[in-house]
Amino acid sequence: MPYHIGARRAVMKSLLQSVRSNVREASTRNKCSWAGLGWPASQNAMERRYSMTSTSFLSARRYLGSQVDHPKRQQQTEAHEKDFLHFPGAKTTFTFSLEYIKEISEDPVPCYRLLNDHGDPIDGAELPEIEQSLGVKMYETMAILQTMDNLYYEAQRQGRISFYVTSIGEEAINVASAAALSSDDLIFPQYREQGVLLWRGFTLKDFASQCFANDEDSGKGRQMPVHYGSKKLNYITVSSTVGTQLPHAVGAAYSLKMAKEEACTVAYFGDGGTSEGDFHAAMNFASVLEVPVLFICRNNGWAISTPASDQYRSDGVVVKGQAYGIRSFRVDGNDTLAMYSCVQAARKMAIEESRPILIEALTYRIGHHTTSDDSSKYRSITEMERWKSLRDPVIRFRKWLEGNAWWDEVAERRLRATARNEVITTMVRAEILKKPPLSDLFKDVYDSVPVHLQEQEAYVRSTVTRHPKDHPSDVPL
Amino acid sequence: MESTALLQKVTAGMAFRGTPASLLSSSSASSHVARIKLGSRSVIRAVSRLSGLTVKATHLNAYGFGTMPHNSTALKTVNKAVAVKTETGSTATAQQGHELLLFEALREGLEEEMERDPTVCVIGEDVGHYGGSYKVTKGMAEKFGDLRLLDTPIAENSFTGMAIGAAMTGLRPIVEGMNMGFLLLAFNQIANNCGMLHYTSGGQFTIPIVIRGPGGVGKQLGAEHSQRLESYFQSVPGLQMVACSTPYNAKGLMKAAIRSENPVILFEHVLLYNLKERIPDEEYVLCLEEAELVRPGQDITILTYSRMRHHVLQAVKTLVSKGYDPEVIDIRSLKPFDLFAIGNSVKKTHKVLIVEECMRTGGIGASLRAAIMENFFDELDAPIGCLSSQDVPTPYAGPLEDLTVVQPPQIVFAVEQLCKH
Repeated sequence: MPYHIGARRAVMKSLLQSVRSNVREASTRNKCSWAGLGWPASQNAMERRYSMTSTSFLSARRYLGSQVDHPKRQQQTEAHEKDFLHFPGAKTTFTFSLEYIKEISEDPVPCYRLLNDHGDPIDGAELPEIEQSLGVKMYETMAILQTMDNLYYEAQRQGRISFYVTSIGEEAINVASAAALSSDDLIFPQYREQGVLLWRGFTLKDFASQCFANDEDSGKGRQMPVHYGSKKLNYITVSSTVGTQLPHAVGAAYSLKMAKEEACTVAYFGDGGTSEGDFHAAMNFASVLEVPVLFICRNNGWAISTPASDQYRSDGVVVKGQAYGIRSFRVDGNDTLAMYSCVQAARKMAIEESRPILIEALTYRIGHHTTSDDSSKYRSITEMERWKSLRDPVIRFRKWLEGNAWWDEVAERRLRATARNEVITTMVRAEILKKPPLSDLFKDVYDSVPVHLQEQEAYVRSTVTRHPKDHPSDVPL
Repeated sequence: MESTALLQKVTAGMAFRGTPASLLSSSSASSHVARIKLGSRSVIRAVSRLSGLTVKATHLNAYGFGTMPHNSTALKTVNKAVAVKTETGSTATAQQGHELLLFEALREGLEEEMERDPTVCVIGEDVGHYGGSYKVTKGMAEKFGDLRLLDTPIAENSFTGMAIGAAMTGLRPIVEGMNMGFLLLAFNQIANNCGMLHYTSGGQFTIPIVIRGPGGVGKQLGAEHSQRLESYFQSVPGLQMVACSTPYNAKGLMKAAIRSENPVILFEHVLLYNLKERIPDEEYVLCLEEAELVRPGQDITILTYSRMRHHVLQAVKTLVSKGYDPEVIDIRSLKPFDLFAIGNSVKKTHKVLIVEECMRTGGIGASLRAAIMENFFDELDAPIGCLSSQDVPTPYAGPLEDLTVVQPPQIVFAVEQLCKH
């Protein structure tokens, strides 16, 4: 055996031996060194409850993370300081062979799934405990979501609304993640998460009001369709900019941490959004600040026409978590049960340990990017059809429900018919309602309307009253 | 007394070199220290050579930037100096209140608000234990904890986004840009989210955020560190912008900005941080939308803000000696403009001169000119004059840099020209 390998083995052996004794010794609160040894989990949770006036938050002790399981860290002890490089940026060992970290590991990160494509549990998989009512509710929500998406897409094609974004193919991600969260968790969506809102209680009437921008819209007709928002349901209003919601989520999580709430924030984004600078900075911040935020990436393989292979060269998004010191999961986003179980576990970790978690949910965007897109221009129709027929998440979950005798054909027909009727009724009603009044146009720019905006409003009002024929009659003043 | 005479000589020297004399910090009788801002090492040496008098360098920030272009060595304190009494209206008010520098006034305002409201927090680079690059948050991390004085990695767009998210969910964050120019990186969050989300959410989410930092042309900081962001941000709907120029209004505006429910951008000037003034002991909050009447007059209205206020006051001394009676208004509120105060002044004097540090194109002066023309055209006897910086990146070389900033002689000349109408 070459000399240097033998020497290193001897060093490692003695290091491990001293580490074991040191772990026992150092696992008391007062005796923590810079060495990066973790405390027992309960003490971690206690230590996380820093008071607002605690000045020790950012002291060296804080860097004792709870990564006891990280193999490299166990090798750092005070006794062997001379073997270590003491740089403020990293504390590690020497090596005299020129080694690099591979750009991509040989084995990709495996994907967590519990049901196979036919809705049957995988051998050996431990399914989460789900009651029949919850399972059925999840399925019903997914089916209503599908119906709503299809009908609104058609409405846009008919010219009744200007724009729509479907979430076809990603229903399981939306609904299962929403079901695993609590209503106190703040959602920071991108724009393809209407299923989360539907789960939380946004009614079909609310969806219609927003898309048609009528008087009943809680957003007062100020945003384009699918840019929903509801303070009541803890769903922050959608902003069209890609990725800007990620730092918002971190800031809100920081606010929750300051208030010591038992809740987390959840930010959704796509594979394309991971290229934005805000994604990287938000992940980094969340990790440094140790705030309870879930980063859920809907990796559906396409950012408009850009395939994932042009978006990144890493093994997906899940491996990026480690670069920022964030625990990461990779889950089959089309498997409702796996998604539910994963988000549930991640949420618990995030809140109890006050840490960010990254979840990469692999899925496929069956629909077009938006109604302004025709994806047959850049991907084959057979590919889309194949995913739609063979790997639809809603059908897959339905098969599992039917396997449990929780669902059947009769219920299916009834649900689809009811959903279709309700969506159409609400749509037709919303279409003819009045638009928001002119008096709302200048409100909410500031907390009160300042003089210069009052003057501008007076000017617009005078223009409208002077030329009533040039202005639509369904816009009240 | 010898020291008084020397101080006067130094002051005169400073005035000659164009340094605003208000930067002379008066000494207090109790501490027996005279504080003078000097421009060069040679002057310090000259002063120290005279027996008995030494000069203590005023505080420099981390970069060594401030009003001193060179690293001045701190010398021993003065033993025999006499307190130089500033001309005040009544001796009674001269005793009340307390003296401090502008950055200390900002800190006082911040501290008072943080004590008053536990949801107020500061987010920025090096604001925590380091105390801020300009020492505005010095000592506060020890008092309020690292969680409320949050040090961030270098990602301005993202920590501004963080502050917006925190503001939407109950906190009142103050974002400190180490230099206003760095907030150009935060433009997406500020323009697309900060000013907008209250409106697009139908009023459901408020963003009571304060974004502050030093900007403006400093002493040879280079083009990238001499940005005037008020011209870029003035178009963003939903934002309020204010500029402070003295310790008194700095503290008042800081407190008002924190208490406001709207997103407010507070523009400080990098060269004004060491301005000293006596401010009241009792608590006071200024109005964000109001302008400040600095000097009443009859002949012409001079509108200005931030550092140019001091250049204007310098020019006013010359103008008064030449027989003019200008009215000086520090507009303070850059968005929206206080057209009431401005209008009343225009109706009195019928002539307007705007003195600003922004670039010519698209600056605050350009908007103000349009607003005054639109509203008070009939009151004007002359075209609105506007003195501003040229449309060039700020050069590093000292004399070149001075040429890009409006200087008092130019203000005097412009007033003279306008008053001929």
